[in-house]
Amino acid sequence: MASTFMGAGRRRRTVRERRVREGALAYLLLLPSLVAFAVFVFYPLVKTFSLAFYRTPPFPGLPKRYVGLDQISGVLTSSEFRSSLWITVKFGLLTVAPGIALGLGLAVLAHQTLRGIGVFRTIFSSTVATSVAVASVIFFTLLNPTVGLVTWMLGQTGGTGILQDPTWALPAVAAVTVWQNLGFTFILMSAALQGVPDDLLEAASVDGASPWLRFWRVTFPLLTPTVFFAVVIGSINAFQAFGQIDLLTEGGPLNRTRVLTYYLYQQAFKSNNDGVAAVIAISLFAVTLVLTLVQLRFLERRVSYER
Amino acid sequence: MRTTLRYTVLVVMAVIVLFPIVVTIINSLLKPDQIAARPPRLFPDDPQWHSYSTAMDAGKLRLYLRNSFVVAGLITVAQVMTAVFAAYAFAFLRFPLKRTLFVVFLATLMVSGEVTLIINRQTVVALGWFNSYAALIVPFMASGFGAFLLRQAFLTVPQDLRDAAALDGYGHWRFMFRVVVPLARPAIGALSVFSFLLAWNQYLWPLIVTESDSVRTVQIGLRQLRATSIDQINVTFAGTVIAALPIFVLLVLFQKQLVRGLTAGAVKG
Amino acid sequence: MALPDTREASSDSGRRPRGDVRLTGVTKRFGDVVAVDALDLEVHDREFLVLLGPSGCGKSTVLRLVAGLEEASEGTIEIGGEAVEGFEAKDRDVAMVFQSYALYPHMTVRRNIEFPLAARHVPKPERDAAVREAARALDLGPLLDRKPAALSGGQRQRVALARAIVRQPLVFLMDEPLSNLDAKLRVQTRAELIELHRRLATTVIYVTHDQVEAMTMGDRIAVLTDGALQQVGPPQEVYDRPANLFVARFIGSPPMNTVAGRVVDEGEGLAVAVGSATLPLPAATSAAVAASGAAEVVLGVRPEALTIDGGVLPATVTLVESLGHERLVVCGLETGDLVIVRTPGSGEPFRSGDAVKLSAPTAALHVFDAATGDRIDG
Repeated sequence: MASTFMGAGRRRRTVRERRVREGALAYLLLLPSLVAFAVFVFYPLVKTFSLAFYRTPPFPGLPKRYVGLDQISGVLTSSEFRSSLWITVKFGLLTVAPGIALGLGLAVLAHQTLRGIGVFRTIFSSTVATSVAVASVIFFTLLNPTVGLVTWMLGQTGGTGILQDPTWALPAVAAVTVWQNLGFTFILMSAALQGVPDDLLEAASVDGASPWLRFWRVTFPLLTPTVFFAVVIGSINAFQAFGQIDLLTEGGPLNRTRVLTYYLYQQAFKSNNDGVAAVIAISLFAVTLVLTLVQLRFLERRVSYER
Repeated sequence: MRTTLRYTVLVVMAVIVLFPIVVTIINSLLKPDQIAARPPRLFPDDPQWHSYSTAMDAGKLRLYLRNSFVVAGLITVAQVMTAVFAAYAFAFLRFPLKRTLFVVFLATLMVSGEVTLIINRQTVVALGWFNSYAALIVPFMASGFGAFLLRQAFLTVPQDLRDAAALDGYGHWRFMFRVVVPLARPAIGALSVFSFLLAWNQYLWPLIVTESDSVRTVQIGLRQLRATSIDQINVTFAGTVIAALPIFVLLVLFQKQLVRGLTAGAVKG
Repeated sequence: MALPDTREASSDSGRRPRGDVRLTGVTKRFGDVVAVDALDLEVHDREFLVLLGPSGCGKSTVLRLVAGLEEASEGTIEIGGEAVEGFEAKDRDVAMVFQSYALYPHMTVRRNIEFPLAARHVPKPERDAAVREAARALDLGPLLDRKPAALSGGQRQRVALARAIVRQPLVFLMDEPLSNLDAKLRVQTRAELIELHRRLATTVIYVTHDQVEAMTMGDRIAVLTDGALQQVGPPQEVYDRPANLFVARFIGSPPMNTVAGRVVDEGEGLAVAVGSATLPLPAATSAAVAASGAAEVVLGVRPEALTIDGGVLPATVTLVESLGHERLVVCGLETGDLVIVRTPGSGEPFRSGDAVKLSAPTAALHVFDAATGDRIDG
């Protein structure tokens, strides 16, 4: 006995049936993601760990040989791995702190009410549009030993070239990286600056604090979570740096810019040394895992586990 | 006085930041011997537009761009869809092992692409996908980050709306597409822009799973275009401008979404 | 306002579907918490029934159980004589108005109102006609193309009502629909809701914690606490003869005064001793108290029944609240209990500290068993 606008096809379902249907729908919705994660995240993760226990021949088709922990300890203690790790750490030091300092500085500069400030904001965030490859190719050309404009400006025309110089190659790659990431860092810091309540700064201003003091005593403490986030992201990026190395120096000169990811690439795809590459991959994983866990503690504040 | 000082600092910084971009654009319009001239030319009085067409055709950028659009576009669509589905399940449905599966999604954020590289390449080869769009797209169809971002947005949809829709006669699918997705448009927009940007900028993975120009993306195309000889240096510059342009347009059109996407998880609030 | 009584027009009055709701032994548990405890309740066809109780008493859960948004742990629910167990919310032929209104923020008023019809694939012309009718009934005509964010609270509330009536359901469920309105608008909307109910002639189950809403709107009131039904009846009856101490104290503002006392035999009937005073009981109540065998009772008397006129109850004035047209005089009894006396705004002045004597007419006394809290009545 239904009224005017009741549809046909009513069906009774027990609470249990409904639960089952709801659960089935949930799994159907999760299925695409779960399949992708299983095949392209968890399976390769486990497989890479097992690969580290096998010595793999440089030519496909030959049998793998189980060597236990030998290969892992062998790689980790090798001078090649250690120098690559050290280069990666240096690369991180050269990119993270200067990058954040520059990004924060520009954000503070652009965080004032001036006519036309929007134009400057757009300019400072513009390098977001450049990918690692774009930035690298630009600087590869500008740093060309014979016709590079920057080479000429530095008075190095006709020399070996900055990217070919064992001392200056890594700092140069780091500088390109800082420039390429500047837009992102600037956007990040600007967003954080906008979150600093104006009345707090006004209060400090009324209390007679100088702009310098206001920044270090009021603004900066409120920015520390973002700065910390940027440090973690920057460190992860340093350990994943590849494109700029591949395009600018190919790990040279004298392997002086061979960061861990590039070393991994060489071992896996140039020398077919999958076993060694797996050990490098795991060490990279360990570092990024620690960094990501730290970062997730920040994400956690925004993500609660259960409804 | 102080205002002048401020502008001076701003302009100096702007020039430094913009310098590589401006030089790239100017050089793309100069003749190779003009580029090499010292002191350098500041303005192209006879702009060489043909370096762009050379980059597009002989440099195959037209092909690379198309590949990049297809790959980044499909990755974005796939990631948004799988993220909407997963986020809906986590936000609105009750099911066994919900907590565990949520942690599984969380765990994917901790596995960086480098560790899975060797095996994923083997998988792609075994599936017969080497040097194909499938190799570039399928491994990135799901995004743990996207599921999180959207779940957060979906949780702000009041439970009352779900109840009202249930009474109005809307099941989960229609509620998802008619109510939840429209209400979460800002978050979905941010995720879309973010996913596209990341997919567009990929370098290492496309490098190792492609070998022919027919499927190579623009980032790998730039590698080919990297000039070592002076006579094509203008084409290299033009190529980088072309390669950067789509993302620049994206930045201009979707600045808000991009900022939201890039800063998601960074700023408390 | 025009009268859109489409139900009357579209169906033969003899075959009009019944909109009665019957709950039998309905229990709802959430884990270990019993939200609704063995509830028996019958809502008559076309009745305006108010579910009244403090927050957390389970009244909203009852509504959600009837709506099908929750499934009962035990018991049966019938709507229009048909058991609805297992039917999803959309198949129960009920509409609900939420406290938050639950309007879809991204849709216009028009789309909000027609949403339930679109879900049921009602043809477009019929849909448009129904939206027009509903909009007319609730004065929403000029607002149809706006989004909810551009509406006032009162307007949103009317859109929520329109979305409910457009489906012409058997039963309306309303969950505190007025609590998000300001006081003045609430009084006005109260009257409009009563009028709407009269015109639509449909069963309404209305949940509120506001006893004024319950008294003014309900054909009957069902008082709930801790998931258990305390009393069902017309508002005046619930006010005049509260079934137990909870109802007595919950309904009425200021609430009924209650004082513990001891039953004493006065010879010609029973009386209750409160401190040094003795209050005789009416004959019928006296017999009932005797029959119940209760020795300890709680006496209840409404503030307006008490007078300060040299009666038998000695008390001290502790506070005088003047409201203009009346004064509330708070007095402390010998026993330490505080009672409120409602007196006219003008008249004898009372000051804090004054010693006074109160009297309560025998007929105005309510007697409750101190052990069970239940009313003892003739």
